Amino acid sequence: MDNKTAAVKMRNITKTFGSVVANDKVWLDIYRGEILALLGENGSGKTTLMNMLSGIYFPDEGEISIDGKEVVIRSPKDAYDLGIGMVHQHFKLVDVLTATENVVLGLKEKGKLDLKAAAAKIRAICDQYGFEVDPDQKIYDMSVSQKQTVEIIKVLYRGADILILDEPTAVLTPQETDKLFAVLRNMRNDGKAIVIITHKMHEVEELSDRVAILRHGQFIGDMPTKSTNAQEMTNMMVGHAVTLNIDRPEPVDPKPRIEVKNLTVRSIDGVLKLDDVSFTANSGEILGIAGISGCGQKELLEAIAGLQPVESGSICYVEDNGEREELLGKDPLRIAEMGVALSFVPEDRLGMGLVANMDLADNMMLRSFRRGHSFFTDRKSPRKLAEAVVKELDVNTPGISTQVRKLSGGNVQKVLVGREISSAPTVLLTAYAVRGLDINSSYTIYDLINRQKAAGVAVIYVGEDLDVLLELADRILVLCGGKVSGIVEGRGAQKRDVGMMMTRLGGSKADE
Amino acid sequence: MFDFVSFIPRAVVQSIPLLLGSTGETLTEKSGNLNLGIPGVMYVGAISGVIGAFLYEQSLPSAEAMNGVLAIGIPLCASLLGSLLMGLLYCFLTVTLRANQNVTGLALTTFGVGFGNFFGGSLIKLTGSEVPSIALSATSAYFSRSLPFASKLGWFGKIFLSYGFLAYAAIIIAFVCAYILRHTRVGLHLRAVGESPNTADAAGINVNRYKYVATCAGSMIAGLGGLYYVMDYACGVWSNDAFGDRGWLAIALVIFTIWRPNVGVLASILFGGLYILYLFIPTGTNLAVKELYKMLPYVVTLIVLVATSMRNKREDQPPASLGLAYFREER
Amino acid sequence: MNKQNQGPLVHIVKRGALPWYCAWGIRAAAIVLALLACALVTTLLTGEDPIQIYATMIKGAFGTTRKVWILFQNIAILLCVSLAVTPAFKMRFWNIGGEGQVLIGGLATAACMICLGDKLPNWLLICTMVAASIAAGAIWAVIPAIFKAKWNTNETLFTLMMNYVATQLVAFFVILWEVPKGAGKIGIINQSTEAGWLPQIGDYKYLLNILIVAALTILMYVYLNYSKHGYEIAVVGESERTARYVGIKVEKVIIRTMLLSGAVCGIAGLLLVGGTDHTITTTIANGRGFTAVMVSWLAKFNPIFMIFTSFLLVFLDRGASEISTVFGLNQSFADILTGIILFFIIGCEFFISYKISFRKSARKEGKANV
Repeated sequence: MDNKTAAVKMRNITKTFGSVVANDKVWLDIYRGEILALLGENGSGKTTLMNMLSGIYFPDEGEISIDGKEVVIRSPKDAYDLGIGMVHQHFKLVDVLTATENVVLGLKEKGKLDLKAAAAKIRAICDQYGFEVDPDQKIYDMSVSQKQTVEIIKVLYRGADILILDEPTAVLTPQETDKLFAVLRNMRNDGKAIVIITHKMHEVEELSDRVAILRHGQFIGDMPTKSTNAQEMTNMMVGHAVTLNIDRPEPVDPKPRIEVKNLTVRSIDGVLKLDDVSFTANSGEILGIAGISGCGQKELLEAIAGLQPVESGSICYVEDNGEREELLGKDPLRIAEMGVALSFVPEDRLGMGLVANMDLADNMMLRSFRRGHSFFTDRKSPRKLAEAVVKELDVNTPGISTQVRKLSGGNVQKVLVGREISSAPTVLLTAYAVRGLDINSSYTIYDLINRQKAAGVAVIYVGEDLDVLLELADRILVLCGGKVSGIVEGRGAQKRDVGMMMTRLGGSKADE
Repeated sequence: MFDFVSFIPRAVVQSIPLLLGSTGETLTEKSGNLNLGIPGVMYVGAISGVIGAFLYEQSLPSAEAMNGVLAIGIPLCASLLGSLLMGLLYCFLTVTLRANQNVTGLALTTFGVGFGNFFGGSLIKLTGSEVPSIALSATSAYFSRSLPFASKLGWFGKIFLSYGFLAYAAIIIAFVCAYILRHTRVGLHLRAVGESPNTADAAGINVNRYKYVATCAGSMIAGLGGLYYVMDYACGVWSNDAFGDRGWLAIALVIFTIWRPNVGVLASILFGGLYILYLFIPTGTNLAVKELYKMLPYVVTLIVLVATSMRNKREDQPPASLGLAYFREER
Repeated sequence: MNKQNQGPLVHIVKRGALPWYCAWGIRAAAIVLALLACALVTTLLTGEDPIQIYATMIKGAFGTTRKVWILFQNIAILLCVSLAVTPAFKMRFWNIGGEGQVLIGGLATAACMICLGDKLPNWLLICTMVAASIAAGAIWAVIPAIFKAKWNTNETLFTLMMNYVATQLVAFFVILWEVPKGAGKIGIINQSTEAGWLPQIGDYKYLLNILIVAALTILMYVYLNYSKHGYEIAVVGESERTARYVGIKVEKVIIRTMLLSGAVCGIAGLLLVGGTDHTITTTIANGRGFTAVMVSWLAKFNPIFMIFTSFLLVFLDRGASEISTVFGLNQSFADILTGIILFFIIGCEFFISYKISFRKSARKEGKANV
């Protein structure tokens, strides 16, 4: 590989945001005909580094050269002109426009805007790689994987030969992932340079030719994937060895706590989101919810939390003495007033779970500010709670008067989980609790969840990483298109089986 | 019998300033800028035209010496320049300096209305006239000149052909803007900027340039509305505060037309009609009721506003990033 | 290729938090620059000496005891309207309908004074006026709030339109009640009996208004910063989804807050009609509903800072009108000056949140701060 010239050379790249150093004198080479996996803990600066290559950010210091020529990338347009295309983690699509309009957006072609010709060209690209997208469909009507496909088509349409993908598989089913990987391998064989940012170690091993590792904004090293293994890569990422095993203590005295029967939910536009879902969550147990993204997980949790209007069915809270309380039709406030200690760690931390512009102490008040009959809020106990959470969960923050939005993803999640478990819940709902978190933070969260389980809390854990679900959950409920595809024991469950159940009801006919 | 033949032309002349204002504001809002300074911009557009015309008229010995091209060209250019500067000021503050759009807009309106009335007042003082207004009837004659054969065509001529050239220009501008937004690359890019500047930026569109160009072009179109008002509608007579709240009504019209300038052509005539309806409904001696009729355009706007929000159709919503400043490195 | 090696000419980055004294230093500098710009404009338009002009402004604002009282009265009323719109703004509800809400409050007050002036004892009349003006303002504000809460109707435009409906309603009643017939105005209400006139404290005509507004300022500060309602308003303003997630009823908060907002506007109407003017016209609010938006925003929605920002705007207005009379300009000159100063203050916020590095200095330590 040494005889190839690097397509991209990044030298001494430094980027700071306020007082945070996101990249510190980073060196990186990207070669054609090769898939490079960019690995690193969350907040290690992978996305920032790639954003500088695609013109979203401008480096404070350092040089970038393409094919040996030093270049300046001031804007995404400059990046496109140099053949660099990036598929962002958060899709950059305009909802009210069609796929075609999104693809041609920003192109400076001569002549009249000819959407028909563009649509034809898109269809040709679809045929070449086996994508299924209707060029005339509006983006707001599309599923997540369709949106991602549009993003990739957008890059290909512009003839990019240096392709960056930021966590592309986070929203895909295993089948879709396989398809994507096949496409990426094709592109590599075409001589394109491909960079993929990911957290999933098995994807690195399966797909990449070379791996580069960042830690705390610094470049740690790179090597051919063949000559390394998961353990070594993890060590390089986190700096010291960590056990990859997740604890799974035996449930203590499980009793039914939440009984969901025949739950049916429709979205505002009338789309069936949950269809006749029934299950029981037990105390002292972690019930994992698996399923490809958008299969009703969000609706299920929000229905239990009292945030989602329900068409039919029932959700019963069972107390220790066997008394049953119906939760349906009650808002979060009523549920709390009934004495049901329900905590919910939502998927969207800063948009829903916390208030980004408020400080830690004020965020601690969100759940408890109504306490007492005074017209005024109690400011002292939230401060104490904030200090306790910062100390116990080892939150990395300048102080409890720091705005939450200034914290990194993992610390934000610690604050949120810390607040939710502080009220001594009997039911804990978590949605993608470790999404976007680095390995260390993830384990802190697993540990917290396990402690809640040991305390007899009924935990419902919606996850996207099957490996984690298989190691953490006592039982796994698999959702497929809003229906229950099956419930399996966590111990001894096979990844392949669960994966099949996710894509096909029952999963049984999968082998055909 | 309701007198449509005299009602419609009056509704149309009322509607033209609104149409120009709303077309300009639509263009501006499509770029994600909510310019509440439009009333001020229209004032400045009007007074700049007045100043241009006044200086030109004063420089000539008599009205007969006027040259048609200059008589129209000077006020037109002055008006465009004035409103362009206002647009630039708004853009500089909200786009370059990322200031709050609502506050900037309101400040711009304060400034623009003050600017208009101050120079209006000063000119009135310069002419030393008895009445608190300034008349530029010679210039106005050029602006309001309609087709020579219009008066020979009876009701048809009166309803369709009796207007000055700016009225037709307003309608053409509205259709051109609608076409640009719908069918051209520039329009596509502009819509993307207003919906999602992040996306547009990542696609290589110069977001700030689009915001500047759209907002400045929008301001110039709106400024023409002020010019039309004073030169054609008001027959060249400027008096302070006479323009009234038409600027706000133009902003309301943008919502009324769900951000479509071509719809604006008819909607503005409807608005214009409502605005003057009280003159055409016999109320006898009860003058107070007329004041209630003047409420009509506002009440109708409210109804449309409520109706569109209830229908909640995706395509009818305001541009998604309307009112928000864009900074690429936000995180 | 040489050119390509250079970064962008000007590069803008977000700052970390700036110490408060730097932030206020920048704001003060902006005001000084604005005053210089105003002096320049004034000199260009009038040919007078700028120092002379500022002396005139100060004289216009503080020149006589009467002028000082008028200054404080104007501050009080503007501050009152600003206090009213602030809770709504904190909730990100852009209530630019303060104008209409003040008018309606004033109209309700006037209606009580005219219709009940000779029927009720004075104390009962005043109580009725207070209740009526608060109710009227609250109703006017809650209509857009209900639509916002139920259907997410754009509140900026709704409240704006409500202003004009209110104006026309006042115009209607002015003609209905005009004295004498055909005058087109009401004149001083109950001039002989002074029924419904708010009591004067000693010889000071405006003192009551000022005291009421001072009390309101403190109450509003406490309400926004220490009460549960205030906390709910802040959460709803920052993120509606978070509010729903913790069980705050967003619709209820929007409606409750707008009721409060309108009620305080109604009080402003009461103070104007019952306290000082003793008449009603369509222009009695005098654009304060809009100026209040700026007062509130410039003060970062903090009621205590709003005392200073409303002082600044009123001072400018009074000072500029003095310039107008002394130098024979018209009243609108004040608007131009106010506009210029606002542009500077609005613009300077940028330098507080961002810093600019120029190409040459970008690689060195020294970042150019402007």
